[in-house]
Amino acid sequence: MSDQKTYKAPFLFLFLAFLVAGLLNIGLGSVSIPLGAMLKSLVGLHIENESWHYIIHSYRLPKAVTAIMVGGGLAVSGLLMQTLFRNPLAGPFVLGISSGASLGAALLLMGASLLSGYVSFSMANDVSLAVAASVGSFLVLLVIMLVANRVRDTMALLIIGLMFGSISAAIVSVLAYFSPAENLQRFIFWSYGSVGNLSWPQVGILSLVVFFGLVLSIFSIKGLNAFLLGENYAKSLGISLKKARYVIIIATGLLAGSVTAFAGPIAFVGLAVPHLTRQIFSTMEHRILLPAVFLYGAILMLLCDTLAQLPSSANVLPINAITSIVGAPVVIWLLTKKRKIIF
Amino acid sequence: MAENKNSISAEGLSIGFGSQPLVNRLSFQLNAGELCAIVGANGIGKSTLLRTLAKLQPKLAGEIYLHEKKMHSLTPNDLAKTLSVVLTEPIASKNLTVQELIALGRQPYTNWLGNISRNDKDVILQSLHTFELHDIRHKKCHELSDGQLQRVLIARAMAQDTSIILLDEPTTHLDLHHKVYILKLLQQLAHEYQKTILFTTHEIGLAIQLCDKMLVLDGKENPFNDPCQLIEEGHFERLFPKEMVQFDPKTGGFKINK
Repeated sequence: MSDQKTYKAPFLFLFLAFLVAGLLNIGLGSVSIPLGAMLKSLVGLHIENESWHYIIHSYRLPKAVTAIMVGGGLAVSGLLMQTLFRNPLAGPFVLGISSGASLGAALLLMGASLLSGYVSFSMANDVSLAVAASVGSFLVLLVIMLVANRVRDTMALLIIGLMFGSISAAIVSVLAYFSPAENLQRFIFWSYGSVGNLSWPQVGILSLVVFFGLVLSIFSIKGLNAFLLGENYAKSLGISLKKARYVIIIATGLLAGSVTAFAGPIAFVGLAVPHLTRQIFSTMEHRILLPAVFLYGAILMLLCDTLAQLPSSANVLPINAITSIVGAPVVIWLLTKKRKIIF
Repeated sequence: MAENKNSISAEGLSIGFGSQPLVNRLSFQLNAGELCAIVGANGIGKSTLLRTLAKLQPKLAGEIYLHEKKMHSLTPNDLAKTLSVVLTEPIASKNLTVQELIALGRQPYTNWLGNISRNDKDVILQSLHTFELHDIRHKKCHELSDGQLQRVLIARAMAQDTSIILLDEPTTHLDLHHKVYILKLLQQLAHEYQKTILFTTHEIGLAIQLCDKMLVLDGKENPFNDPCQLIEEGHFERLFPKEMVQFDPKTGGFKINK
């Protein structure tokens, strides 16, 4: 946009960091795989150690791709929400998307058993869990869209989203109170979040939905930039507010909804990454921010997942704990350093 | 574009919210190159009128014409190429740089992605130059003074390259020097660039001196004319309760009744 400012250097830096984070993520884990063997295996060459090959291709690679989709998708949806709601504290979950997903997962894992004894429990495998969470977040999104049709004020929409979140949280806690320990544990494990349990077909579905979400985001760039001035200014620039708002909300729903369905409600990435990105790229131009935020989110998620794997140990930490431990101090640091988050 | 032709006009316009009109049966007509102030007491409907003229809120009755075309017949993008606004509401992101903000004025002309063409760049540079903003073009909006920010917002409207510019209270929060500076700037834009500029203000005294036309919202007749005519007809005397301030037709200003 500006005459001499280009962002080649920071983009190069982000891309290199992305590569390093990706290789770290694939290389480190309960079994440490040397770099040479890993690269060979990644480009399809034969390596001596069969089990390394298996670990990389069936476990670590899908996990890394998931981490990229999860981090990038959440970060982009966070950017969309912050611009749409003109609120630096907005994240992908302000519209109640994660609560909707939680509600879907909770109904499947805990509600079904309450209604029909224990028959349905065996049904609740990972795929149906993802479907239930998607349906949950999609339903909440649908309601939000209907409300968005009636409510002109975007701030009111934000509060309504938060209220939906409260209602879903209440229903989830009622379900949790009455459900047997085993089901409750499954739900809690889902809510910890994980990028490691996806098969290749599942990774494919996730990537496809995230791709569609990103395409819609790219089509929203012009509207997003106009929203930086405020809704009335955007309208005076010829932007159709209703249409732009719809597209942005649907894009967020696809990104955050699919990620939450497959990986659980992952905290802070969507909120913190857009702010971190604005520190490096000192611009508000969404044509720059959108790819940068995606890359940054992917890097952060790859690193968080690497940490969560506790390299060289057999234990895995819940990824949600890591993103919160990394994310919360970042927000505090931003607030104290800048004294306020300037959006 | 349209020499001395009607550029914005209203006929029998009623504005307000819901079924309660704030202003009824308002009519005026402005030509290219004319600077017009809308004055009136607080809450009389100045800003509502401005928003209605910018199609940011629906009119209740009557018709608005832009270059003799009914406003509602224009597509949103054509409207954006005809009419730009400077509003009182703060811009959503104060983190925009001056140049980024002005560049957003080019949106009606850019492609689906908002790519800035060579021509757009020229217009942006021209706008930076006209408003003496070149030195601060990389500053963020939260680093600017109120006077600078106002200039930037007007520069953005100018970059939108419309024949009509509407401004809502462009001089509030400014000291006297900057008030006069901004109003003279608007006069210059109207006369030199043949823009039609319509703004709301409480600076009646300054507006009388600088404007070609004035619209006085008094809740009844809502007279529209050139300032001298309005003074002769005694419209400013009736604007405020007489106990407090009185209009002096000789100086064209208000005096406090002691």
